[in-house]
Amino acid sequence: MSSVMQELEARREAARAGGGERRIAAQHAKGKLTARERIDLLLDEGSFEEFDMFVAHRCTDFGMEKDRPAGDGVVTGWGTINGRMVYVFSQDFTVFGGSLSETHAQKICKIMDMAMQNGAPVIGINDSGGARIQEGVASLAGYAEVFQRNIMASGVVPQISVIMGPCAGGAVYSPAMTDFIFMVKDSSYMFVTGPDVVKTVTNEVVTAEELGGASTHTKKSSVADGAFENDVEALSEVRRLVDFLPMSNRQKAPVRPFFDDPDRKDASLNTLIPDNANTPYDMKELIHKLSDEGDFYEIQEDFAKNILTGFIRLEGSTVGVVANQPMVLAGCLDIDASRKAARFVRFCDAFEIPVLTLVDVPGFLPGTSQEYGGVIKHGAKLLFAYGEATVPKVTVITRKAYGGAYDVMASKHLRGDFNYAWPTAEIAVMGAKGATEIIHRADLGDADKIAQHTKDYEDRFANPFVAAEKGFIDEVIEPAATRKRICRAFASLRTKELKNPWKKHDNIPL
Amino acid sequence: MFKKILIANRGEIACRVIKTARKMGIQTVAIYSDADRNALHVRMADEAVHIGPAPANQSYIVIDKVMQAIKDTGAEAVHPGYGFLSENAKFAEALEAAGVAFIGPPKGAIESMGDKITSKKIAQEAKVSTVPGYMGLIEDADEAVKISNEIGYPVMIKASAGGGGKGMRIAWNDQEAREGFQSSKNEAANSFGDDRIFIEKFVTQPRHIEIQVLCDSHGNGVFLHERECSIQRRNQKVVEEAPSPFLDDATRKAMGEQSLALAHAVGYASAGTVEFIVDGDKNFYFLEMNTRLQVEHPVTELITGIDLVEQMIRVAAGEKLAIKQSDLKINGWAMESRLYAEDPYRNFLPSIGRLTRYRPPEEVAEADRAVRNDTGVYEGGEISMYYDPMIAKLCTWAPTREAAIEEMRVALDRFEVEGIGHNLPFLSAVMDHPKFVSGNITTAFIEEEYPEGFEGATLADADLRRVAAAAAAMHRVAEIRRTRISGRMGNHERKVGTDWVVSLAGGHHLVTISADKDGADVAFEDGATLRVESGWLPGQPLAELMVDGAPLVLKVAKATGGYQLRTRGADLRVFVRSPRQAELAALMPEKLPPDTSKMLLCPMPGLIVKVDVAEGDEIQEGQALCTVEAMKMENILRAEKKGVVAKINAEAGDSLAVDDVIMEFE
Repeated sequence: MSSVMQELEARREAARAGGGERRIAAQHAKGKLTARERIDLLLDEGSFEEFDMFVAHRCTDFGMEKDRPAGDGVVTGWGTINGRMVYVFSQDFTVFGGSLSETHAQKICKIMDMAMQNGAPVIGINDSGGARIQEGVASLAGYAEVFQRNIMASGVVPQISVIMGPCAGGAVYSPAMTDFIFMVKDSSYMFVTGPDVVKTVTNEVVTAEELGGASTHTKKSSVADGAFENDVEALSEVRRLVDFLPMSNRQKAPVRPFFDDPDRKDASLNTLIPDNANTPYDMKELIHKLSDEGDFYEIQEDFAKNILTGFIRLEGSTVGVVANQPMVLAGCLDIDASRKAARFVRFCDAFEIPVLTLVDVPGFLPGTSQEYGGVIKHGAKLLFAYGEATVPKVTVITRKAYGGAYDVMASKHLRGDFNYAWPTAEIAVMGAKGATEIIHRADLGDADKIAQHTKDYEDRFANPFVAAEKGFIDEVIEPAATRKRICRAFASLRTKELKNPWKKHDNIPL
Repeated sequence: MFKKILIANRGEIACRVIKTARKMGIQTVAIYSDADRNALHVRMADEAVHIGPAPANQSYIVIDKVMQAIKDTGAEAVHPGYGFLSENAKFAEALEAAGVAFIGPPKGAIESMGDKITSKKIAQEAKVSTVPGYMGLIEDADEAVKISNEIGYPVMIKASAGGGGKGMRIAWNDQEAREGFQSSKNEAANSFGDDRIFIEKFVTQPRHIEIQVLCDSHGNGVFLHERECSIQRRNQKVVEEAPSPFLDDATRKAMGEQSLALAHAVGYASAGTVEFIVDGDKNFYFLEMNTRLQVEHPVTELITGIDLVEQMIRVAAGEKLAIKQSDLKINGWAMESRLYAEDPYRNFLPSIGRLTRYRPPEEVAEADRAVRNDTGVYEGGEISMYYDPMIAKLCTWAPTREAAIEEMRVALDRFEVEGIGHNLPFLSAVMDHPKFVSGNITTAFIEEEYPEGFEGATLADADLRRVAAAAAAMHRVAEIRRTRISGRMGNHERKVGTDWVVSLAGGHHLVTISADKDGADVAFEDGATLRVESGWLPGQPLAELMVDGAPLVLKVAKATGGYQLRTRGADLRVFVRSPRQAELAALMPEKLPPDTSKMLLCPMPGLIVKVDVAEGDEIQEGQALCTVEAMKMENILRAEKKGVVAKINAEAGDSLAVDDVIMEFE
């Protein structure tokens, strides 16, 4: 008996050793942790249960049959994050450079299938040189098997990708289809074709970091949702994100004990809006002051900063926040902001996370670059996302809500449940100056008359009451009481039931 | 008594005066500029009158506008506060003409004390000790030596036209006097084209100590002892206290009596302050008399129990002083810290903007301790660029100096200010500075102790351990809360461990926590155990703890993967990790912050108005590189040294955040 136990232990030892001491040291020298070390940081201590530790590849070409390490370059299994179940795979760069073989892919598929069946998030830690070239098309088939599962799992269980090394070629498309991608600065990159191919084809000279580093993907491409300094920080922040997310679309978002009064009034919000309508203010201050304990988990912080997206808690329950940011581009909507917010709203809707929308939007950004770039279709994505969302939707207009952008930002007309406005709100087709110049074109030469018309327009429309008269605004609220009002609003919506008509799926303007 | 007074000021002092007026049952009128529409003094007053645009020279110091406000509101008297019109004889005159009482001294006293030479002359006549010196011009080196001997060494040889240290020499003997005279004269001739020289006593180890006097219009007067204001930065007072740790009774009495003599000499009637410079041997010399309420008056109020504003109002109403000199004992010790909207980490650059958080410590007045905060701002208010950057005066009182300092340390730790740069960390550092604590200070304290500016306080190892113990105990509470999330897998919950590694200030502490219902014992590897007790709950930005029986107050903010904890002027990034997490964190490469010496960083959030150079340009030291507009002010950013522009990252019209890289140099 003891000998079989010894055998088991020996086999386990070998599997845990991965690519061996030398490769582990090389991994550490690059500032990277090993696949198992990363799992240790991601999951509650001692909670990891491994699958397929002894799986080995079946390739017999190029002498591969002589080297069949247990595990085949990926560690898979499940464990808990603060006691809640998650499934995880973690690619092991020390074994064949983390390259994806048929069996490597099968291991990933197995836990994805389990995650779907049991309703728990999938977290993938990516650190792979790419396809296992020796396996040829079998490796490509493996990728596609994973892709297909990513697609099927989308909207069923949350999928999070953490890029902690190379992720190139076809490999990028698995993370691309997950809900969130996080990267580690200086040690991870993602691209479809690498710098060498880029140089051959387009003569562009570019480094891997410039082409697909964390900075590129968080600031320019928006492929990644966030970036962290190192593996330890990244995994600690992924744990923090998971605490906001439901385990699947069959469960409600989690509730956590909270130490912040839902009735807390904040008098400083009464002076948040500057006297001058053209002076910006920081919408993040409002988000921090509304949320439980000022805790805001921002998504895509460095991209399209004219709109803010992320998670907060109200009375311990997760709420997704979308907010125009007047500090950047006056908070207007453009292609990037629309895409960023639309994707976020759709994530929230898919997983029954209520959405809070804070509005201060002067309109859509004008210009040829926007029109040529298709702002019509991209703007429509956000409109579509809000309109199709059946989750509780609470909207607060703090200042400007002009034109089509007013409609888009979770207006009453898009089935907003609670549409509040601050007394400083201005809900109109456009600002007073522009409107006057159109309505009173005949008086354009007369500065005094125009000034009078402008003032008349402001008096009539630069307030929330015209909209409130029509019932488009449910209530004009005191800024200081906003937290209390939205907490009560979401509380009243806990039993909301709303269904869209049956369809195979919609046709959002992609 | 007056029924209604107008306060011709703003900010904390206006609020301060309103408080006393209200206590006396007097109605108050505030005046305000465009920038102060929502200011605290406007909210506090019974009435408020708008008097013009934001710049003070178009509002607060325009006599006609203030007079109009008085007329419109029917105020019977005016308190001018400090600054603005407080020492303006014309204003006093205008009030007199209108038959409105001035809550301040007679205009004659303002005039005679307002002029440096006249005031010194009057002081000499009143037998007040003045800095010995020869005001006439000196012909040659022999005369310089002769006069230096008359004054007594050391002496300061100064160019009449001098400034910025040029044409200035200190001489300790005849030879230095002779040489100093010649070199000062040459330097003055070269620098200013004016080689007139004079000599005065050089005061060594100078301290700034001032006497508070209070006189009525019936010839009565008292002095309310001294205040020490030696902690100054570029002549701006930062920390004041009463009494002075330096004076003895005899010196105090002599200074007080001379101050009163001077006040009587000019027919003074109100509260006033006589400023002295005091040398290391307790010789004191008259500097000037301030004919108004001083900023730092609260410390005097705290040790004497006298409300100076009330006394000023009573005197202005013609009442006789009810206080006798024999009533005025020194009771305990008071400290004042001035809170400035100035960023100590950026060379005390004024900082403006919205006060997103402003929570002063609770005011208390108990038998053995007091905390008082005179403020003119509130959370959600705006700090504008138009006025003095001082936003609050935090005072503490206790029976002894040591206890008053300790009260101040805790009060500063409890003071929460966010949204703008401020000097709270610097004030905390001063309160912990051994030299300050010893009382051995001079007006050169800040210059000598912080010659390179301020980069945050460093905590002693014992204090770091206290913070580490607190952080571990707090982290445990936060982690336990995290395990109480809904949707857990039943019977397989996460168990929060007892062993933690706390990393801060470059060190790591392995601790074991054993918690009970009242707190936690945090054991360190060397066997020492610190008891931590606190009602702190996760998310609270201020943690009040007892660590090892002594209070510790931490400002707590979340930082990626850890916490940002601030206490005693130190700003600490703290990580609390399980031993396994710590072991793996130790493998992470240390990333050095980018070298910014070859970059031009945006010093404030603002809009690039213009870029004056192009890539490849050679630039000279002091050359304008670009202009950033912030809060309607154009700031020209200049090259600190010569070099070549390698890369420009911003163009006109870009709006940048603090520390964004505008350009890089080769």
